[in-house]
Amino acid sequence: MPEPGSLVDRHVGFVHALREAGVPVSVAEGLDAANALRVVELADRESLRAAYAATLVKKPAYRPGFDVLFDLWFPASTSGIRPHVPRTDLAQAEVKELREHLAALLTGATDQELRAFAQAMVERFGRQESGPGRQNWFSYSVMRALSPETLMAGILRSVLQGHERGGLAEKTLRRRVDDNRRRFEEAVATDVRRRIAEDSGIERIARSAVRPPLDQVDFLRVTKADLARLRREVHPLARRLAARLTIRHRKGKRGRLDFRRTVRASLQSGGVPLTTHFKPPRPHKPELVVLCDTSDSVSSFAHFTLLLTYALREQFTKVRAFGFVDTVDEITRFFLPGSDVVEAMTRLADEADMVRFGRTNYGHALERFAERYGDAIGPKTSLLILGDARSNYQPPALDVLKSLTSRCRHAYWLNPEPRQQWDTGDSVASDYGTVVPMYECRNVAQLTAFIETLA
Amino acid sequence: MFDSPTDVTERLAAVDYLSDDAISTSVFLAAALGKPLLVEGPAGVGKTQLAKAVALTTGADLIRLQCYEGLDEARALYEWNYKKQLLRIQATSADDDIFSEEFLLERPLLKAIRSERPTLLLIDETDKADVEVEGLLLELLSDFQVTIPELGTIAATRKPYVVLTSNATRELSEALKRRCLYLHIEYPTPERERDIVLAQVPGLRAELAEQLARTVATLRALELKKAPSVAETVDWANTLLALGRDELDEATVAGTLGVVLKHASDHTRAVKELGLGDA
Repeated sequence: MPEPGSLVDRHVGFVHALREAGVPVSVAEGLDAANALRVVELADRESLRAAYAATLVKKPAYRPGFDVLFDLWFPASTSGIRPHVPRTDLAQAEVKELREHLAALLTGATDQELRAFAQAMVERFGRQESGPGRQNWFSYSVMRALSPETLMAGILRSVLQGHERGGLAEKTLRRRVDDNRRRFEEAVATDVRRRIAEDSGIERIARSAVRPPLDQVDFLRVTKADLARLRREVHPLARRLAARLTIRHRKGKRGRLDFRRTVRASLQSGGVPLTTHFKPPRPHKPELVVLCDTSDSVSSFAHFTLLLTYALREQFTKVRAFGFVDTVDEITRFFLPGSDVVEAMTRLADEADMVRFGRTNYGHALERFAERYGDAIGPKTSLLILGDARSNYQPPALDVLKSLTSRCRHAYWLNPEPRQQWDTGDSVASDYGTVVPMYECRNVAQLTAFIETLA
Repeated sequence: MFDSPTDVTERLAAVDYLSDDAISTSVFLAAALGKPLLVEGPAGVGKTQLAKAVALTTGADLIRLQCYEGLDEARALYEWNYKKQLLRIQATSADDDIFSEEFLLERPLLKAIRSERPTLLLIDETDKADVEVEGLLLELLSDFQVTIPELGTIAATRKPYVVLTSNATRELSEALKRRCLYLHIEYPTPERERDIVLAQVPGLRAELAEQLARTVATLRALELKKAPSVAETVDWANTLLALGRDELDEATVAGTLGVVLKHASDHTRAVKELGLGDA
């Protein structure tokens, strides 16, 4: 490729940075991207971005990280793209005027206008001297100067004139403004990163700028926004888990006659069907019992796994879910098909009887489970236990667990703590691990891997 | 096939498919690099429609393979005509070759490979098929050829333009993804959705379409069981047109919500969150 060396270098550096940020890019995919560079218009930044995305990023979870890195490696040119924005005005104007300008942008603006405004604002407010001749860039100082989150009331007042408050119109407007505010914050952050990269090199900032992709976010450190996005991952996972458990069920026994294969085999014997072939039997849906630690220390994990349980209900003939802190209660009734997930989670926390003294006690919970719901477990059941095995130094009741697992078909334990922390403090992970195979399950990637090993 | 991404946008617009930067560039690259295009995204964002629009605008024949659980090579690739083979064996001497062209039944994949005319092969809902089918597709996608044990390898007379779609209910294999260009289509922005609605429902007022698109975007943000698809937005627009409403107020939304939301729980949730009162 007789292109200038700088483009190739940039391409290689970019691919390398993607790999470092956890996006798996194969050599072949890198070559595809390079080929794509020869046919797209390099000057058109968005089509360059789309070309890279199409050839290198094959999972939506990697997309946010990709966008951050792309903006660093191929920054938007900052000269001459905004003849329509009066620059001097933005550099001189009072903060009040700027806030009015921003309010207007938030109710409806193109990406380009927002970006241009964000750049001007970073230029004006984002700089902080950090020593003689050195400067640093921050987005929080921009946000503090403009405080876009306080603009909502004013916008609502001016746009909704005459409309009734609290109605549909307000909801729609609120959402639009929130979206645009997020876009503005994103644009400011991008521009700040670009300026830092200009001052101190791309590699340095690239390493700290990219957040881990969604499927590697730790369950125990999950933020509220991540949790909402994780919920969308649940259904595919449930389908997969169900499919895996069904496959194990399928072996042995013949089903109906497979006409095609039989006739095909008969051709070797002149059309006489000497050997018969059968289709595999229709798979029976297995039963699932989920026993879930719902205490605060693992609450976000519990939240996620309960959602998983909820999704599983559609796949299994019979799913029963039990939650426990130091005593156990059946929580299946909160997850009726067709009920609202978010509401179910709140009701669950309020109404279920899972707490006696408020400190996790695995031993007692297991004993109560065997006593009250022992009949839930039968030879067709798969038992899934979810929890960190931290029992506040109470007796673990291993015998009870042993007798439970001996009666069911399979049993698995998923632990949301990193393996190094097992057995530290009050954790009795290894003791339980001798009875039930225990898997580290800290993020969606590991959960997926666990499901894969079931087959 | 196409000169540039802009050319793609224009030609797709001519057949009423409103594209954006990412879609146009991917469609263009798939043609320019001769690679299959894997389109992923939630149900009802126009993945299949995209393939149809590309076929229409390039004048290619559309060959469609609908995937489902239990799809096998006999339905996807080829099948021998057993009846005819049996008759031939009984009618003539045994040394006749019964595994030849004459007895071969073409299925979509083989048909696309052997077609003399420009062809667009659409492999729809790839994630619904079993993992084995992906294995079957690999040879086709990387080398544009298929192997039939009795006949040998058949290479494409003319490379078909391949589009795979998937709802991501299951992760497709790395091997498959590596061979494809990847395009993720999300729900359109309100502005684009407004234009789509206007293109599909000509009689609608622009302001109403705008309101409609914004309301649908708000609904999608609600964490529903099933978010409204673009097709349902268009249905909604048609409904409003048929009812002769030209303002989307609370009462109208509450009365026609069933067009876009198909679960009782979604319905109650939307009524509660949007403050619609009793529906």
